Amino acid sequence: METIVSIKPLLAVLVSLAAVPLILMSSKTPNLREVWSFVAAFIKFGLVLSMTPAILDGKIIEYTAFTVLPGIDFTLRVDALGLFFATTASFLWIITTAYSIGYMRSENEHSQTRYYCCFAVALSSALGVAFAGNLFTLYLFYEVLSIMTYPLVAHHEDFEAWEGGRKYVVYLVGLAKTALLGAIVITYMTTGTLDFRPGGIFTTDMPSMLVTLSYILFLIGFAKAGMMPFHNWLPSAMVAPTPVSGLLHAVAVVKVGVFSVVRVIMNVYGVDVMDFFGLGIPTAFFVSFTIIMASIIALTKNDLKARLAYSTVSQLSYIILGVALLTPNGVLGGILHIANHAFSKITLFFCAGSIFVASHIKKIDKLDGIGWKMPVTMTAFTIGSFSMIGVPAVAGFTSKWYLTVGTLEAGSVALLCVLLASTVLNAAYFLPIVFRAFFKPAPAGDEHFDSIREAPYFVVVPLTITAILSVVFGIFPNYFINLIERFLG
Amino acid sequence: MQGLLNIPFIGDHILSLLIFLPLLGAFVLLFLKNERCIRWIALVTTVVDFILAIAVIRGFDPSVHTMQFVERYPWIPSFNIQYYLGIDGISVLMVFLTALIGWICVLASWTAIDKRVKEFNIALLVMQTAMLGVFCSLDFLLFYIFWEAMLIPMYLIIGVWGGPNRIYSAFKLFLYTLAGSILMLVGMISLYFKGGGTFDIQALMNQSYTFQFQVFVFLLFFIAFAVKVPMFPFHTWLPDAHVEAPTAGSIILAGVLLKMGTYGFLRFSFPMFPDASKFFAVPVIILSLIAIIYGAFLALAQVDMKKLIAYSSVSHMGFVTLGLFLFNKTGVEGGILQMFNHGITTSALFLCVGIIYERTHTRLLDRYGWAAKLVPFYAFFLFLFSMASMGFPGTNGFIGELLILMGAYSNYKLYILFLLFGIVLGAAYMLWMYKRVAFGAAVGHGGGHGAAHGGTHPGRIKDVNLREVVAILAFLVFVFWVGFHPMDFINIMDASVDHLLTQVSGGHALVAEVLVK
Repeated sequence: METIVSIKPLLAVLVSLAAVPLILMSSKTPNLREVWSFVAAFIKFGLVLSMTPAILDGKIIEYTAFTVLPGIDFTLRVDALGLFFATTASFLWIITTAYSIGYMRSENEHSQTRYYCCFAVALSSALGVAFAGNLFTLYLFYEVLSIMTYPLVAHHEDFEAWEGGRKYVVYLVGLAKTALLGAIVITYMTTGTLDFRPGGIFTTDMPSMLVTLSYILFLIGFAKAGMMPFHNWLPSAMVAPTPVSGLLHAVAVVKVGVFSVVRVIMNVYGVDVMDFFGLGIPTAFFVSFTIIMASIIALTKNDLKARLAYSTVSQLSYIILGVALLTPNGVLGGILHIANHAFSKITLFFCAGSIFVASHIKKIDKLDGIGWKMPVTMTAFTIGSFSMIGVPAVAGFTSKWYLTVGTLEAGSVALLCVLLASTVLNAAYFLPIVFRAFFKPAPAGDEHFDSIREAPYFVVVPLTITAILSVVFGIFPNYFINLIERFLG
Repeated sequence: MQGLLNIPFIGDHILSLLIFLPLLGAFVLLFLKNERCIRWIALVTTVVDFILAIAVIRGFDPSVHTMQFVERYPWIPSFNIQYYLGIDGISVLMVFLTALIGWICVLASWTAIDKRVKEFNIALLVMQTAMLGVFCSLDFLLFYIFWEAMLIPMYLIIGVWGGPNRIYSAFKLFLYTLAGSILMLVGMISLYFKGGGTFDIQALMNQSYTFQFQVFVFLLFFIAFAVKVPMFPFHTWLPDAHVEAPTAGSIILAGVLLKMGTYGFLRFSFPMFPDASKFFAVPVIILSLIAIIYGAFLALAQVDMKKLIAYSSVSHMGFVTLGLFLFNKTGVEGGILQMFNHGITTSALFLCVGIIYERTHTRLLDRYGWAAKLVPFYAFFLFLFSMASMGFPGTNGFIGELLILMGAYSNYKLYILFLLFGIVLGAAYMLWMYKRVAFGAAVGHGGGHGAAHGGTHPGRIKDVNLREVVAILAFLVFVFWVGFHPMDFINIMDASVDHLLTQVSGGHALVAEVLVK
C-alpha cells in the first residue's frame, strides 16, 4: 500500500485546538466566538474531505511527529476506517455548532465560552483517535477526550451534574487507567510494538492466555463503548446540555469507544488471530446481552433522554457484534452502523433538545399531541426512530441488513434471533413516542401546552439536515460502503 | 554554555564551582541588610549555578559509564580520605534537578517569607551546596558530611519559617533522619575496615564482601535511605514536615531530599552489596507496593491540599523504589526517570499550593472551589500538573509509570495488577483534588446554578503574577519534554544503568555459594 507523508492529519486534529484561544479571547462577543467554532469546524471538515481522494485510491496518509520510546511513536495514520469516522464526526460538528447556538442561547445557559472550548478540544481528540497510528497515540487522545468532556457533562454545576460527572470520570478514566493501560503494557511486552497494522500485530504462535487476557482488558478498558456492565456512565451523562448528549454521547465519545474496539479487533489482533483463538463469537454473544438488556431497560424509561441513552447503549453493541462476527458482511455492517447510528441518533437527541427548548417537557407521557405543535421536530424524530428500528430506506436499515447477512455467514441463528428480537424491542420503545405525538389528543385546556411553538431556526434546521441525511444514506449508502470496503481490502 | 567548560580553571573545577557557588553567595549575604538586595543576590547566585549545571549536563558524555568531571585531591591522607568529586549518568540528572529547583525556591519565597529574609536565603543556599555535594561526592566521608549538612538548614527552614506546629515537625524530621544517618555511619565504618581502609566509593564497589556482611551493611544503609525516600513504614515524618514547611522547604523536600534515599540505593546498596540487594528485592518490592496503595488511600482521605500531595509523594516514591529493585533495565531506567519526574511534578504542585495559600491563608480543600472562575490561569497550570502527577499520557508521569509497568511486567506479571490499582487511585485523588480546588463543592453546599458557589467565596483574588508564572513554566517545560521526548533523558543515564546492572548481576555466584552451604 502506498504511503503518503503529509502533515494534513495533524492539521485536521489541531485546527479545533487552535480555535480554543480565539474562542477564549472573544468570550465577551458571543457572535464572534461562535464564528471561530464554525470556522474551525469547516476547516476541519475540509481537511478531512481533502484527504478522501487519496484514501479512495488505496493510499495511506501518515505523519510521525516524534518517537517517544523505542517502538512507540506519536503517529497519525489515515486509513479508510479512520477517515470514515473522521468524516462523520467532523461533519456533525458543523451541524452541532449551529444547534448549540440555538439551544444554548434559548436556554440562556451560563459559561458558554467554556462550553465551546471544551467542545473544540473534544473534537480534536475524537479526530486524534480516528487518525491514531498506534495504541499510544490512541490512548493519548482517548484520555484527553475523557477529561475534557467532564466540564461538559457537569455543565449545570448542580448536585445531579456533579454526580453525573463523577460517575463519568470514574468509569472512563478509571477503566482506561487500569484495564486499558494494562492491555497496552501486555501488548507492548508481547509484540514489541504498539502500531496498528492490517492483519494485526498479535500472531497465532503467541500464548493463548496472554492474547485472551489482553483482549478482555481492551474490551473492558474501552468503557466509552458502553458495553454492559460498564455502561452506567452513559445514562448519568445525560445531565449534560442536549447538544453534548447529541454530538458526544451519540457520536464522538461513544463512537470513539466503539471505534477503538473495532481498531483493536481489526488492527491489533486481526481477523485471523481472533479466529484462531476463538475470540469473535464469544464477544458477539457477550454484547448480545447488552443489546437485549439495554433495550428492555429503555422500555421502562419515561424520561426521553434516558430512553435515548439506553437505546444508544444497545445500538453501540450492534457495531461490536458486527465486527466480532469476523465475516466480511458482518464487519461491513458493524462499521457502517457507526455512521448510520450517528446521523440518526443525533437527530433523535436534537429532537429531544428541541422539545425541551420549546416546551421544557422531558417526560414521554407528556408528549401527547405534540406532533401537531412541532411538526418538523416530530417528523425528524419519526425518521430517526425508523432508522433505529431498521425500516427500509432509512440509514439504519442498510447496516442492519449487512449485520443480519453477517450472522448468517457466521452460521449463528442465535445471533440472528438477537438482532430480530432487538428490532422488535426498538419498535416497542420508539413507536409509542411517535404514536403519542401524532395520534393521541393533546391535553385539553392546558395553557402551557397550547402556547408551544416550534423551536427556533438554529435548533430546527440542524435536526432537519441530519434527518434528511439519514434518509439519503439509507437510499445511497455507497459512499461509506466504498470507504469501508477499501479498509477491508 | 558548553564554552564554559573550555575555560581552563572553570573546566577543571566545574563541580566544585557548582557546589560551592551557593555557599559563596550565602557568605556574601551575611554582610547585607537590604532585603530586596538579599533576594536578588540569592536569585542571581542560584541562576548562575543553574547555568553551570546546564553546562555540566550538556558537556556530559552519555556514551560512557565512567565518572566525569572528576576532581580528586588527598584531604586527610592518614585515613585515606580524599576530596573526590565526579558524576555519572545517574547523578548528573539529580544535579541538574537540584540546580533547577534552587532558583525556583528563591522565587517561590520572594514574598511568602517576610521575616528573617537574610537567614532564610542563607539557609536555602547552604542547603543547595549540601545537596549538590551529596550527588557529586565519590568519597564516602565527604558524602557523609554533605549528607549530614543538609539536615541543619532543612531543620531551620521548617523550624523557623514553618507553620504553627513547626517545632514538632522539625524535630520529627531531624530525629528520623538522624537515626538513619547514624546507622549509615556504622555501616560506613565497617565498610572502611572490610574494604581495605578506604572511603573511595568506587574502590569500595570493586571489593567483594561475604554475603553475611553484605546483608548486615545493606540493612543498616537500607534504614537510612528508606527514611529519606520515605518508604513505608518510615514515612510518617513526611506529611508533618510538608504541612509545616514553607513552600520553598516543601519544594526542596519533595524535589531533592526524597531523591537522596533512592540515589543512595543506586550509588551504594546496588553496586556494593549486589547479593544482599537481590536477596531483599522481593521484600522491598512488597514494601513499595504497600507504599503505593496505602499512600494513595491516605491521599484520598486528606482534606488539606498540602497533606494530600505529601501522601501522594509516598505513593509515587513507591513506584521509584519498585522500579529500582526490579533489577532490569526498563525498570531501573523508569525508576530513575520517575525520580526526576517526581522532582518536577510534585515540586510544581507544592509551588501551586504555596501560591494559593499565600492568597487565602488556608489549605483546606473545602475552602476552595472557585479557582476556575476567579483565577483561571492558576487553575490551568494546576490542571496540567495534576495531570502530570496522575500519569496522563503526554506528560512525564506517564512515561515513568509506563517504563516501571513494563519492567515490572517482565519481572513478575502479577506486579502490574497492584501497580495499575495504584495508578487508578492516583488518578482518583488527583482528579478529586483538582475538582475541589477548581469547580465548586460537590455535596451539601447548595446546588446553585451558575456562579461560583460552595466553599468560601473569597471575593477578589489575584491570579498568578509574572514571577510565579516563570517558576511554573520552568517546571512545565520538563513535564512535556519528558512526556513527549523522554529519550533525551534516558540516553543520558543509559550507559551508567547498563554498568550498574552488570555490577549487580556480577554477584550471582556468591548467592549460589551461600545457598549451597
